[in-house]
Amino acid sequence: MKPVIRILFLALFFNAPLASAETAEDKGLAIAKEDDRRDNGFHDFTANMVMVLKNRQGETSTRHIRNKTLEVDGDGDKSISIFDRPRDVKGTALLNFTHKVGTDDQWLYLPALKRVKRISSSNKSGSFMGSEFAYEDVTSQEVEKYTYKWLRDENLDAKKCFVFERYPVYKSSGYTRQVVWMDQAEYKILKIDYYDRKNTLLKTLTQSDFHQYLDAYWYPENMHMVNHQTGKSTLLTWSDYKFNTGLSNKNFNKNSLKRAR
Amino acid sequence: MPILPLGFQYKTYSLLILASFLTFVSICQAHEFSGYIGSQARLFPNSALHLGQEDQSASLVFQPEYYHEFESGSSFTFVPFYRLDSADTERTHFDIRELTFLWLEDDFELRLGVRKVFWGATEVLHLVDIINQTDLVENIDTEDKLGQPMANISFSRDWGTLDLYWLPYFRERTFAGIGGRLRGSIIVDTDRTEYESSAEEWHSDWAVRYAHAFGDWDIGLSQFVGTSRNPTLLDGTDSAGKAIKIPRYEQILQTSLDLSRVAGDWLWKGEALYRSGQGNDDYFAWTGGFEYTFTRAWSSDMDLGIIGEWMYDTRQDTATTAFENDLAGALRLAVNDPASTEVLLGWVQDIDSSARSLFLEASRRFGNNLLLTTEFRTFINQPATDFLFEQRADEILQIELAYYF
Repeated sequence: MKPVIRILFLALFFNAPLASAETAEDKGLAIAKEDDRRDNGFHDFTANMVMVLKNRQGETSTRHIRNKTLEVDGDGDKSISIFDRPRDVKGTALLNFTHKVGTDDQWLYLPALKRVKRISSSNKSGSFMGSEFAYEDVTSQEVEKYTYKWLRDENLDAKKCFVFERYPVYKSSGYTRQVVWMDQAEYKILKIDYYDRKNTLLKTLTQSDFHQYLDAYWYPENMHMVNHQTGKSTLLTWSDYKFNTGLSNKNFNKNSLKRAR
Repeated sequence: MPILPLGFQYKTYSLLILASFLTFVSICQAHEFSGYIGSQARLFPNSALHLGQEDQSASLVFQPEYYHEFESGSSFTFVPFYRLDSADTERTHFDIRELTFLWLEDDFELRLGVRKVFWGATEVLHLVDIINQTDLVENIDTEDKLGQPMANISFSRDWGTLDLYWLPYFRERTFAGIGGRLRGSIIVDTDRTEYESSAEEWHSDWAVRYAHAFGDWDIGLSQFVGTSRNPTLLDGTDSAGKAIKIPRYEQILQTSLDLSRVAGDWLWKGEALYRSGQGNDDYFAWTGGFEYTFTRAWSSDMDLGIIGEWMYDTRQDTATTAFENDLAGALRLAVNDPASTEVLLGWVQDIDSSARSLFLEASRRFGNNLLLTTEFRTFINQPATDFLFEQRADEILQIELAYYF
């Protein structure tokens, strides 16, 4: 065979079976599973985040939150978020048990009353702390929470990406679909377009300044969410990641929620 | 036993703790200070019914907080509190809200010192909450509490959380003085306080609580043995022959259950108690209801909650509470804006009479550190037999601006 034809043949041979046997849904799911596999095994981490809320007029408001996360075998993560600023909500803390299937369990600690309150988490479309992030955007992303469909491969910022859609399977999501740009080399999510219940573009999340932790996990330092319908935006900046901090199940109950600060 | 040392003893005790705290601070490595300072105005649109009362008042409040966490996770917390009030000398008061050493071990948590503990599930009436005394002069909603000295050990296991409490010292309820509104016509004289126990405020009270979350259910089962936090008010006269109310604190046994269940957008809540030792007969009381939340109400960022609760006390008209058979309904709006604007509008209706009260609570942040809160409360159609009859003119508008640091 002439070299050119040989290359063509090889391309057909290796690509054709892939295209015919694997549907776009299979491929989308395979990408999500591979991403999940790469994300698993961190065990636990703590990190700080600063959230800057910006309205249409450009006025800003800042929140400081600390996070503790524990990986749970066979289920979603457990996490505690502790609010440091604004000062009037200092000490307020949220305990969240994510589940792969079904609604999450959530408890809110109100320090002024010393009260732990069970809260309803079935509707995850609500705003997280007045930001452009909804609860469903910031809680642990499990493979089972969506169905998938691969759309195409394309470059974003000179990085080769998978572009796929995911459709929430849990009730009361604020979205019909999300279009995800994921870099093929490291499975980093670079961008997500969120479409509202009317299937109109609602928000775009852009993630940047990725750092690798434990030689395995890539986490973005900046998560920028822009709401196209209201002109408001939120920049979430992560810092001080610490892994294997000795957290265990004991650190994620109502007692530890009360003293988390 | 002379009356004067009662208050004195607590002050001595506070000073001792304060002294040990100061010694302690000097050996701490990291310090964390926070807290708030605020000013408050209270306006009463209706003229006062009782002699000595004023139609408006102003006050200043200061509550700093010191916190230190050790490498081990154990911690130390100190929260003093002071309010200076223009109208009511009883509302001008100092308290140690918290002065706690928390010792964290793998198997248990030991908390020593002055603390605040909350038990319960419902929104309108906190029926089973009994560890801390109510700081009634702060607010009649009973959500402000005095610091309670205690030793508390807590075991957290797979089967739930077990808490044991030893409460070696009793705190008396605060009551409005002559210049204060939101009181009856006859002053409660806290210098004449009586106790059923001869140990008086040094009676050791005990409590045990088991709490656990079973799937969608959160359950708390508690037993309290000791001095009742709400007194029976007896008629008496002071040295000048003027009528006064004498608070009398009985020894009681209280068994209680509180639970909540989450079901989709619904939260179901209930609290019930059985108490003996107060009055001639044992009694039951319960409260319960629901909270339903519309997330992103009206396709906006706002969350709207609807709350409905029923309160019942088998003592009926002889109950030492305003909630002997009442229904409450409330709307809670969380705007979810950067200023965290929140509004709670409520209505409490007596089922056996036309008496009702309305309340509105709203808060909004200005900048990063200022919080404005307003409260409005009014009493409508109180019959002469109602618990709140003598407070019928005490419709109140309260505005507070606080700086948090």
